[in-house]
Parts: sequence; structure tokens; C-alpha cells
Amino acid sequence: MQSRRDQLVAAVIILPSIVLLGIFVYGFIAQTMRASMTDWGQEAAMSLTPEINHVGLTNYKELFSGFLNMRFRQDLTNMLFFTLLFVGLSLLVGLLLATLIDQLVWGETFFRTVFLYPMSLSLVVTGTIWRWMLQPRGGINVLPTLAGLPAGQFLWLSSRQQSLIFDWSHIFHYTCLAALIILALMAYGHWRRGEKRRLRTKLIICAVLVGIFASGALTRIRLLDFPEEHGFNKALWGVVIAAVWQMSGYTMALYLAGLRTIPDELREAARVDGASKFQIYRYVDLPLLKPITASAIVILGHIALKIFDLIFAMAGPDHYPTSVPAITMFLKTFRGNELAVGSAIGVILLILVSLLIIPYLVNSFRTGEQ
Amino acid sequence: MRTSRWIKLAAMCASIVLMFGAVASAAVRGRLEIFSWWAGDEGPALEALIDKYEKMYPGISVINSTVTGGSGVNAKAVLKTRMLGGDPPDTFQVHAGQELIGTWVVANRMEDLTWLYQQEGWNTAFPADLLNLLSTDKGIWSVPVNIHRSNVMYFIPANLAKWGVGVPNTWEEFLEIAPKLQAKGIVPLSVGENWTATHLWESVALAVLGPNKYEQLWNGRLSWKSPEAIKVWEMFGEILKYTNTDAPSLSWQQATDMVVKGQAAFNIMGDWASGYMTTTLKLKPGTGFGWAASPGTKGIFMMLSDSFGLPIGCANRENAIAWLKMLGSRDGQDTFNPLKGSISARTDSDLAKYDAYLQSAARDWRTNKIVGSLAHGVVANERFMNDFATVMDIFLASKNAQAAANAAQAVAIQAGVGK
Repeated sequence: MQSRRDQLVAAVIILPSIVLLGIFVYGFIAQTMRASMTDWGQEAAMSLTPEINHVGLTNYKELFSGFLNMRFRQDLTNMLFFTLLFVGLSLLVGLLLATLIDQLVWGETFFRTVFLYPMSLSLVVTGTIWRWMLQPRGGINVLPTLAGLPAGQFLWLSSRQQSLIFDWSHIFHYTCLAALIILALMAYGHWRRGEKRRLRTKLIICAVLVGIFASGALTRIRLLDFPEEHGFNKALWGVVIAAVWQMSGYTMALYLAGLRTIPDELREAARVDGASKFQIYRYVDLPLLKPITASAIVILGHIALKIFDLIFAMAGPDHYPTSVPAITMFLKTFRGNELAVGSAIGVILLILVSLLIIPYLVNSFRTGEQ
Repeated sequence: MRTSRWIKLAAMCASIVLMFGAVASAAVRGRLEIFSWWAGDEGPALEALIDKYEKMYPGISVINSTVTGGSGVNAKAVLKTRMLGGDPPDTFQVHAGQELIGTWVVANRMEDLTWLYQQEGWNTAFPADLLNLLSTDKGIWSVPVNIHRSNVMYFIPANLAKWGVGVPNTWEEFLEIAPKLQAKGIVPLSVGENWTATHLWESVALAVLGPNKYEQLWNGRLSWKSPEAIKVWEMFGEILKYTNTDAPSLSWQQATDMVVKGQAAFNIMGDWASGYMTTTLKLKPGTGFGWAASPGTKGIFMMLSDSFGLPIGCANRENAIAWLKMLGSRDGQDTFNPLKGSISARTDSDLAKYDAYLQSAARDWRTNKIVGSLAHGVVANERFMNDFATVMDIFLASKNAQAAANAAQAVAIQAGVGK
């Protein structure tokens, strides 16, 4: 039981950080949101008393459908693909490394350090090193010549090739497809766990979405009055490789810690039941690592959404094939003097990161209370 | 034991007080804070200026606030936060022309320097074309410390002789010899990352439009959608066919290296490339490497310039004015420029202090028609420059001259170019 005095002391101690957070985090978020709904960035933007008018959601509308903001839309596409590839590959490589190291009889500490080490570098350093290694005329592309093979030709960071091309004016159509895929995956999960009622609702929604998608009704809602193609830029591979190199050691450490917390009794029991080594891994270890995967996705995901320094160092500010919203935000604000548009991009990024983090926080809050 | 601890504490307090006293006395003698992005190769030139200033005004301590990063992208961000926060440095480096005017002058943050120009006789010391680019109808806004030339084409004379090609005088000539070079496995023209494409574009635009129409593009009298302006993009597209595919991964130095190593025949770059080849690569100007005005721009000097201005409300106004006076003086310019690898903005500089390339550039500076560069902030404001990168990318991705022209016109309207 806490005494009143304890509670008072706790409140006093915590007060300064609440006040500081209130001003410097939440206050500034509010300030940015307000700025994003103005036209701050007209001629005399840098005046001590700039003329600022309230324009509502115009900046947001312009970003998603304005002719000159196609860079931002390609940025969003790049960010999506980068996040998927970076998080997916980091998890995969991390899990692989953790599993291998867990099996090691000797040298475990050594390898753990080796793989964790890249994380101690700053992203700018990683970016610079990999920029050199991915030079089209040097580094990785000349590696095959050591074995007598022809040198690689792939333009790691400067390729202008695109795949998975879609028309931005049909974005609702593709959003529908994405929702369909996610719901189908969830339905599959319900089916595996035998949750019949949930499965039924999911399947009904899926059927409706399939109908909408197949009818092509959404392609009639056109966001733009001109076709605008975006897609997965192959130049992103260079950035993904560098980012995975840096962060997979971290996921390895997470998974390794997870593997260590699995009680040996569980594995013993499986072994007694006649499970093979692989079966133990598949049916005992992997399911117990799920919470770790969840937190790793959140941590890596928000790094990926906010990535700036790595790409800035690797490809420079004006390289569209690898650009992301954070870079455009910086350039719009500090080079183009369009402070309102920069704020709007900032708010969009905040919303995207919240979409990832808030469900996780709510979930851990609930488990914490239980 | 206890007393000794008290004595230590007292001593510490005393030393802190003394330190503050020292700082305070320095403040009495005055300071000057200079904000720039000159570090690395350009650091020594700035140091030489600061040394000179400290010798001229021994009481003043100079604070050198440098924020590194090529062409100042980081420095400009820091400067903008400081200015918006009401904490301007005493003077700051800025590209002369619209980059200064479009951001700081229209925001009423700079002092008019017309009186200083009159007092120091700079109205006749600097070429009239340069003064036009630095001024608006309300005043002259900064003191140029150096001049670089943007429209320079570099090559290695021995290599050209070996390949049997001459230096093209026009882009048409270039397009004739380019296939021959390509057949030999040589890249006719090397290009680097995005801004170097814009840099190449402005030389092409100057050649296709000629100096008068080029200027009209910036004062709003020539539409970006006019047939002439579209022809610029078409010519630019033709030229790009003879450039290296890995351009976005190369810095400007690496693009220059391609010429030096004999992988490429020509490179169009600002004349800091001369400094790079002379100082870093130890090539002799004239024989080790050769230069010419970029095709179709003979007799025209496309300039860019670093300059310093006087922000309204800076803490040490008198000291900043003394700094500006020194920058504009013949002696100040001749101290800085030979080290920086640029020429003096004045027409009376002491040529003996400069190397062979710079002497030739200085002669052109005194006789040529002068126009301003787009890629380096002279002719268009920052908003246009920022969005022109989008226009450039639309063109690089689609190679569609009409689409690029439409986008450029839209950007020009939004950014208020020529208003």
C-alpha cells in the first residue's frame, strides 16, 4: 500500500518530464498540425511576421492529387516497398542467424558480437560505406570477376527500372485489393484456430470486396485526371541491403534472447513425444517467438517509416528512385521554404507511424493490466 | 578534511567567475559571427580571410560557424531555423542573386547595401551585369566574394587527339562526333548526380535560347511552353543519349574522373573542376586538361557567386560591415580566390596571383556577356529550384519534352518566377 506521501513525491518527481513532454512533444505536434493547414510558404515565408492564412486541408489534397506533387506519391510507394522488404528481410535474416548461433557449440559470443556490431554504426556511416560498395563500376559488381565471371551490371542505387507498376489515379482500387489480401490472411488464421464465427464474418467481407474489386467500380473514382504510374523502383534494393545489414543483427539479438527464455522442459517434453529436431523448432520454438516478432515488427517498422539519414547519405537528396517522404519533407521545408507543405508531410508520417504503434501499445497495455 | 573541501569549492567558484569575466571582456572588444558552408577543400580560403580580418581589426574575435554539406543544403536548413528564431548570425554565406533575394530580401530580413557600394566605389569595380543580378529595384543586397563559371566544358587534349575528335563548338557538332566516340566504347559526355543534370541543362538552355531569351525565361517574358523552351528539352534529351547510365551514383568529382581516366570524352561542370584537377589530381591547366566554353556559349559567361549580406538585427552590425568592406576590396578578393579556385568579382584584380585557367576565366569575365546560373541560385528563387528537381526527374524518367515544359511552367507560376 502506498502512502499519500509516496504518491505526492512520485507526482512531483514525474511532473517536470510531463511538462517538458507536453511542451516539446505534444505541443509541437499540435503546432505542426496547425501549420499544415495554412499556406505558410508563400513569398515572404522567412519573414519575422509572415502572412499566414488558414487554408484547411488544401495541402493534404494537393499532396495526394496535385500535379506537381508526384514526387510525394512516389515517395509513399517507395516507403511502402522499403518497409515491407526491410522488415521482412531483417526478420528472416535475424531469425536465421539466431537459430544458427543458438546451435553453436563454441564461439557464440564472438559471432553474436560480429553480427550485432553493425548496429553500433550510425546510419550515415552505413550509408556512406554501402554507397561505395554499390558503385556500379566497383564494389559488389566486380566481385564476380574474382571468380573469373563477368562483372555485374546492375545499377544498385541508380537503376530507373520499375516493376509492379500501378496507376495512382486508381489508388482506391488497389487499396481494396490490399485490404482483401489482409482479410484473407486473417480469415486463414481464424480457420486454423477453428474460430468459426469470426471466420464467417471475415469471409463475408472478403466476398463483398472480391465483388467490388472484380466489378472494377472503384476504377471509376479517379483521384487524378491524368494517368500517373508508380511502382517498385529496383534502385531501392541497394538501400534495403544496407538497412538489413545494419538492423538484422538487432533482430538476431531479440530472437536469441527469445530462444533462451524458452524453458528446456518444453523441448524435453517434445523430445519424449518423439519429435524430431526440426519439429521441435517448428512447433515449440517458433510459436513461442511470436511476441518477439510482433515487437520487432513495430520497432523495425517505425524505423523504416521514418528513414531519412541512410537514404540521404546513400543516394543524396534529389534522387527520386530512392526518395521517401521524410526527405521530401526536409527539402520542401528547408530548401523550398514551403513550411506548410512540409508540416503536412510530417503529420502524414506521424499518422502512419501511429497506425503501427498504437495497436501495439494498446495490446501491451491490456496484457500489462491482466 | 572538511575545510579543504570548502577551499576547493571556493576556488572553483572563483575560477568560474573569472571565466565569465574573461568572456565578458571579450564581448566588450567585440565579436563577429560568420556563417558558411565552407569546410574541407574550401576551408583554407575562408581561414585566410579570417586571418586577414583579425589582423586588420585585432580587437574583434571571429566566430567561424560552419555547417558542412555540399552546396549548403544543411547549412541553409540551420540558417533558416536560426533566422526564424530571431537569432541571425552577423553575416552569412549565400548564393548571390535570387537565392538570397527570393528567400531573405522579400521577407525583409536583409539591409540594403547601396550606400556601402557607393561609399566603396563598387558600382564601377564590379561589372554592371553582375550588379543587375544582385539587385532588385529596392537595393543591392550582398557583396560577392568570388565568381565561378558554370558553362565550362572539360576534356583531356591528348585523349581527343588520340581519338581523332576536336572540341565541338555547338551541340550539333557534339551530336555528330558523339556516335563515333560511342562506337569506340567511350562515353561522349559524363554526368553525375541529379544536380549535375540541372547544371548541364542550363548550359544547353543557354546555347539553344541564346543569352537574351535565356534571361527572358527568368523575368517571365518567355513561356516555358514556348517552342524555343520545348526545343531546349528536346536537345537536352538528344544529348542525354550520349551520357553514362550510372550517372545518379556518381558525384561531380567522379564524373570528372571519368574524363581524366579516358572513360569519357567531355564533361560540363562549373570551374571548381579546374581547381579539383589542378590541386587534387595534379594536372597542368592547358596541357594536362583542357577547357572551352560549353558548346554554343562562346562569349557568354554564366556566373554564380558566393556572397555575404547584412541581416537586419544582427548583434554586431559594425563588425559585419567591416567584414563586408574587406570582402569587396581588391585585396580581400585576391586573398580568397586563388585559394578557393575562383576568380575575383572585380574587374581590377591582380592576375599574377592566379593560375593559367583562372587567368583565362578572369579575362572572359571582363569581356563576356554575363548571365546567371539556375542550378546555383542566381536566376530563380529556392522554391523554383526545389521543384525544378521534380521537373528534371519527370524528364529523366519519361524523356517527354512537352511534359517537362508543362511541369516547368506550372512550377514557375507557383514559385512566382519573374514577378
